Parts: sequence; C-alpha cells; structure tokens
Amino acid sequence: MLTFTLRRLSLFIFTMLVLTLLSFSLSFLFPGDTVINHSGQINATATELAQLNKVYQMDKNIFTQYGAYLTHILNGDFGYSMASHSPISIEIIKLLPATIELSLVALFIAMLIGIPLGFIAAINHNKASDNAILSFAMLGYSIPVFWLGLLAILIFSIGLGWLPSAGQISLLFEIEFVTGVQFIDILLSDSPYKWQAFSNASAHIILPACVIALAPATIFIRLSRAAMIEVLAASYIRAAKAKGLSFKQIIFRHAIRNALIQIIRHVGLQFANLVTLAMVTEVIFSWPGIGRWMIESISQRDYTAIQSGLLVLSCFIFIIHILTDFIYAALNPLARGNNHGS
Amino acid sequence: MVVLTMNFKSILSLIIVAFISILTGCNETNILSLSERSIIYCSEGSPETFNPQLSISGTTTDASAKQLYNTLIIYTDKKNTLGPSLAKSWHVTRDGKKITFYLRQDVKFHHTSYFTPTRLFNADDVLFSFNRVLDKKHPFHQVSGGQYPFFQSVNFTDLVEKVEKINDFTVRFILKRNDSSFLANLATDYAVILSEEYGQTLQNKSTPHDIDILPIGTGPFKLKDYRVGSLIRFYRHDAYWQGKAKIEQLVYDISPRETSRLTKLLANECDVSSYPIAHGKITERSDLKLESITSLNVGYFGFNTKKEPFNNKLVRQAISLAINKQVLIDTIYQGQAARAKSILPKTSWAYDSETPELGYDPIRAKSLLEVAGYTQGFTMDLWAMPVQRTYNPNALTMAKLIQADLKKIGVEVKIVSYEWITFLRRLSLGEHQSFLLGWNADHPDPDNFFTPMLSCSSSEKGSNPTFWCNKEFDQLLKNALSTTNISKRKSYYAKAMRIINEEMPLLPIAHSKRFQARGIDVEGNILEDFGGISFYQVTKKPKKIQYEDLLEPGKAEKVSN
Repeated sequence: MLTFTLRRLSLFIFTMLVLTLLSFSLSFLFPGDTVINHSGQINATATELAQLNKVYQMDKNIFTQYGAYLTHILNGDFGYSMASHSPISIEIIKLLPATIELSLVALFIAMLIGIPLGFIAAINHNKASDNAILSFAMLGYSIPVFWLGLLAILIFSIGLGWLPSAGQISLLFEIEFVTGVQFIDILLSDSPYKWQAFSNASAHIILPACVIALAPATIFIRLSRAAMIEVLAASYIRAAKAKGLSFKQIIFRHAIRNALIQIIRHVGLQFANLVTLAMVTEVIFSWPGIGRWMIESISQRDYTAIQSGLLVLSCFIFIIHILTDFIYAALNPLARGNNHGS
Repeated sequence: MVVLTMNFKSILSLIIVAFISILTGCNETNILSLSERSIIYCSEGSPETFNPQLSISGTTTDASAKQLYNTLIIYTDKKNTLGPSLAKSWHVTRDGKKITFYLRQDVKFHHTSYFTPTRLFNADDVLFSFNRVLDKKHPFHQVSGGQYPFFQSVNFTDLVEKVEKINDFTVRFILKRNDSSFLANLATDYAVILSEEYGQTLQNKSTPHDIDILPIGTGPFKLKDYRVGSLIRFYRHDAYWQGKAKIEQLVYDISPRETSRLTKLLANECDVSSYPIAHGKITERSDLKLESITSLNVGYFGFNTKKEPFNNKLVRQAISLAINKQVLIDTIYQGQAARAKSILPKTSWAYDSETPELGYDPIRAKSLLEVAGYTQGFTMDLWAMPVQRTYNPNALTMAKLIQADLKKIGVEVKIVSYEWITFLRRLSLGEHQSFLLGWNADHPDPDNFFTPMLSCSSSEKGSNPTFWCNKEFDQLLKNALSTTNISKRKSYYAKAMRIINEEMPLLPIAHSKRFQARGIDVEGNILEDFGGISFYQVTKKPKKIQYEDLLEPGKAEKVSN
C-alpha cells in the first residue's frame, strides 16, 4: 500500500508540475505584458510594475521566472482578476465549493440512476428491457447539455412552475458564507428559516444536478451493464448457481459487489467529464460556481483568471481522480500490485 | 450481507422520505410567510451609488431615492400638486425669492449595523444635504467626484443664493431670482435629505466616501447588503415616520440580461420585473400582469432651421404633414407609446388638449412644397441616433420609414448615423439637416420640456440642434417661470406649444411608456408618476388561499365520509 501511495503522490506532483508549466507559459502566449498576465494588475503604476517585475524575477532566465511563479502559486497567490480587481484566490475559494457541491450531487444522482439501470439491463441481457435501457442510454448521451438545460427550464420552471430556474437559493434567505457548500452553511447558520432555506436550496439544486447527471448516468449504465455481464459469466457465479443459491442471493451477495468494484475505477474519470458539463450548466442556471466564473472570464479576456481557474480546476479533478484510485485500491487488493498509474 | 443490504435499503428509503418531506416543506406556513413578507425585484443593472444627488441614471434612482430617502416636498398626484413630506409646510414670499420650510419634528434616520443615530432629523440635515451640492468648499462637495448632474442641468447653484437655518426645524432658501420651477426641482428624486450626523461621524473616522456607499436616510427601507452585479438587500425601516412599510424585506435581484429577467418572472422567482420583454407572453399568463406608465419623455424628428431648405417654415410643415406618425408608433414602439400632439405628454399638468395637431396629409404637404418653391422635391439628409432609448427604441428603422413616407412627396432622404458621442458632437456643430432624437424630462415641471430643448439660450449653447430661436416663444417661457399662478403658467405654455406646432422646428412623434411586470399577488403602486419606483405601498397577497382551494375538495370528501 505504501508503494502504491508513493507512486500516486509522485504522479500527482509531476502532473502538477506540467500543469503549472502550462499555465505559466499561457502568460507568454496571451496577448499583453507577461508580468501583467501573471499578476492581473492591469492598472499598475510604473513603480508597482517595477516591483512586480522584481517579484516575478522577470529579468532573470526563464527557469528562475518559473520558480518565482511557482512560489507565488504555492503561497496561494494567483494574482488579481483583471475584471473585478480582487484577488483570484479569494474568488476561487468563494466559488469552487458551489461547483463541488453541484458536481457531487450530480455524481450521486448519476450513480443512483445509472448503476441500478445497468445492472437491470445486464441481468435481462438481450431482452426487451435491456434494449430499452440501452437505447435510453444512447439517447441521453447524445443530448447536448445546454439544450437539455434550456428545455428543463422551459418545462419545469416556466411551464409547470415546479422548480426554480436560477441560482443556488432564493435571495430571500440570508445564509452566511462559511464553507461555501450551501447545505452545510445552512445547517451551520442560526437563521430562523433554516429548514425553509434547506428545502429551497434543495429545490434549486435538482434541475441543474439532473441536467448534469444525465450524460454520466448513461455512461454508468453502460459501464455497470458491461461489468455485470462480465461478472455473471465468471466461474464463481456458475459455481454459486451449481451450489443451488437462489437468483437473489447470487445477485446481491456476489455479483453486485464484484461489479461495483469495476465501476468505482471509472468514477474518477467520469468526474472530469461531469465538471465540464457543470461549467456549461452553471451558465444556464446562473449557478454561482467556478464554471460560470471561468466562462465569464473568457468572454471578458481576463487572462489571469483563465490561467488560475484552469490550474485550480484541473488540480481539483486530479485530486478526485487519485482519491477514487485509493478507494478502488482499498476495496480491491488486486489493484495495489498494479505497476502503472491508471 | 443480506442484513447489510437491508440496512442500506432502509437507510436509503429513510433518506428519500426525509428529502421529500423537506422539499414539500413540513412547515409550509413559515415558508409562505417569509416570501409573503418580502418582495424580489428583478432590476436591470447595478446602481453606481446610493446617493441620487450624484447621478441621473434611472437605475441608480430606482435603487436609492424613494427606498432610502425622503425629500422636503413631494408630488402628491399627477397634476403637479406639491405636498408635504419632510417639510410639513412651506411659505413662499410674494416676490418668490424666499422660501421657508417648516420641518417635521418626528423623523428618525436609519439605524443600521454601520450607524446608530442619536438625534432626530432637523434643519442641520437639510443644510448639510443642499450645501453639499451648492458649496464648493463643503467638506463633502468633492467626495465621490463633485458632480451633481441634475442640479447642474437646472442651474441650481446660480439660482440659490444661500440656505439658512432659522431654528432647529425651520430652513429658508434665498433665491437670486423668482423661479417657479424651484419647488418642482426640490420635489424630484434627486433632492434627497442626508444625515448630517452620519456625515460628521464618517469625517471623524476619515471614511467620507462611505456616505454614498453605505447610505443613511429617512426612507421606508434601509440598506442591509449590496453585492455588485448580484443583489441589493433592503430591510424595512421600522421607525419610518409615515408608518412602517408592509413588506419586511426588499431584494433587488440584479439581472442585466432581458431573457434572464423574463425567465425569472415566468418561473415566479421574482415578484416584479423591470423593463420586461415579450409583453404578449406575460399578458397571456393568468398569474402575471403587465403594467405601464407614460413617462415624461418625447421622441421627435427635428429640423436644422439654420440650413436650407429647413429655414423655410413651409418646408418644415410640409415634411411634418407627409409623415405618418401612427405607422411609426405601431412599428417602432409596437403600439406601446402615446402619439405626441406636442412636446408635452398628457401626464403633464400643462398639457393642453386644444393644441392643434398637424395630421397626416401628403396631398397638402405636396402643395405646401410647391408654394415654397420645391415643385421638383429635393434631397435631404436625416441623422438617426445609433443607440436605443426609451423615447426611441430604434431610430434607424424609423429613419427608413420616414424615408419611404417622404419619397411619396418627391423628397429624397439620405440616412446618416455616427457613433453616439460623435453623433451628438457633430449635431451640436450643426452639420445636419434633420435628425431623430428625444428628450427625457428630469421632473414634471413643464419648463423642463421647453427651456432646455427649444429656447434661444439652448440653441446658443448647442443643446438645441434645431437652432431655432423665437423671441415671442422665449418671452412666453420667461413669463411662465416668473409666476406661480398655475392657470397663468398653463396658458403661457399652451401659447408656446401653439407656436411650436405652427413654426415646426421639430415634429414630436411619441411619448413612450415605461413597462413593468409583476405577479398578481403583488399589490400596491410601484411605478410612480414622476421619477423612480417606490415599494413603500406594496403588499403581497398570501398565496395560501390557493393551497386551501386545492385542499378544499379533499376536506369535503372526508366530511361526507
């Protein structure tokens, strides 16, 4: 387990190095002065600019410059947003939790729907229900997320009036910012309207989370279906059948557990996909997360924000990836011997 | 393992049940009451400041003036009648140069997290508020830029000699000359009363800028929270001197995108929405209603009276007769504007229904052109403004329609447009022959439509692109300003309007409306006749009734069982 951990850690560090190198080089590739792209201080006076050049060691060679940039990043200094002139690290801390919250809820929904459906399809392999589920999966995977989002607003918010269309919570509720994860903040707050706020926030998250969840759910359907078919064909299942175990016992005791392990491996991969979907969905549902902020930064040509946002998001996705790897390894001893990063 | 799965199942079902019960709301009464006691207003932009003295932008006055502050006097109805507000009465000397205000003695300022008032409103606050504008040496004059656009546009500094404190609850304005629009100016949204005590406190803390960012006033609401580009939260001012407002919380949901305002309105996420689009969609919904108010503005087609051929009155009349105004209103304003008979809209008290209007008569137009000596017609240029304004939502299309109309009487029109700033600059230089423009009034006094738009002094200053100067007309305006007798003033303005409609320096086209949409459960007047919006009178009908309606059949069944 120790070698496994060390291997993952070194992988993490090297990937992060490559990512920072990429974001560092973006400052040169973006139009404008490099040091301004690094720091985001577009209105800097001459003395401030000289100071910045010194801090980022712009007069030294490129490796020293990279070192200086890395030191800033490690100290949590991502520079200032060119658009709002506030420190990017603060903006990210405020916005990232909302995205994490939305993605996790979406992931939960995707797994809750996708995995059982996949199992059902596999159990009824090559029957009508299998085909129905598979065609649903194909359809769900092909629908573009922005279209689905607009359609969901049109039907559920405007048409039926069941669910709200924008934001994280009704503006009427004043929830103090503590962790940024709305549900935790609500539970921590001492507002007299705590439970109404909670139900309001739940109503707000349903539509965007379901819209994000659709595509990953269809992938989970296919993954779990394939895994289940594989497991059901395995010899230990045949042995169980021969021993005279009932169908229920075979599925619940043996098949599901073994199939789930295969799926967990892919959760990390799916999470990256999910965050990308979340970025678009945040714009449609005015969700105050980092995806919307990034897309706004792109349209405002806020290079510093784009650069740091990219770095933070990819770092976040990578951490999730490694975490699922750990969970997988903990559940499946076979994986720990794996010599290559997956 | 079976036990485990069972546990997992029961936990899952427990979670689902809990979730559903939370969603449906175990304590529905409280949810309803919180939203019943609050209003969410989808506004069109972020205010630049919370002090209306500093800005004439509608977004800023909407978010500050009538919510946070009071003025000394107010308009009580559509007919320009002035009524008491912070001043319970006032007295004007016979020469009209000394105006004394007797102030209310029971007015409390906002008590907020950033300021606790220790005294009631008094004369010092009035002096502080007006001297900030008038006195260049006032410690707060230069704070936030030193620009007071409304007061500059009415030459307030030139008019007021000084403001005196007679005693704690009496102030006197001393004017350099008699000006009957002075009181009207004091009743606008811009002439708000700030707290002198708060000013002192901020000066001691050396944070004077906070006076316009963290406002303290006497109005029905106080500021709780402002996040630029996101929201403004107001709480009710419980000690408001006119009695507390009916709603406890007022939230401005800042949504600059028209479509997102519409979505939020349709999804009932905001109770009231400013400047809605898709009027048809809103009117067909039974739970929403659309309302409008004819605001004080006029969109017009002007002529450069210093240039050939428009220095000839007959040509101006001919062109005016050849334009089908109703078509312009139906196409450009989608029928949502009142046709302008003269430059004054119907809501103004000086509006005279007997002013003759030049109708649509292309045949007479043609004969007039012949009289003027343009039998073969002529070629002219028409400058169309490049931006969208309430008084003219689409000047370029309007120019094309006018082009088609004038072609029928043999006049060839070339449409010219520049970028907005360039457009205005070249217009003031008089490079044009004719132009499409408009005027938004700052206050309901009719003078605001005449002097800045068409007087001789305005054409000298370049703010009147018709360059029309008529001595008789000017004299009428001066006479009207020097008297306070309403019926006399009205007759002066009626005569002035007749001169305009005879001389035709410009052709008034339309007075457009300001729109607003709201849920039917929101009651009370929001759009004010003059100036911005006010949420003081607003109440929310409980939605509970609808729920009870739904429950009713079930109850009935139980009873019969």
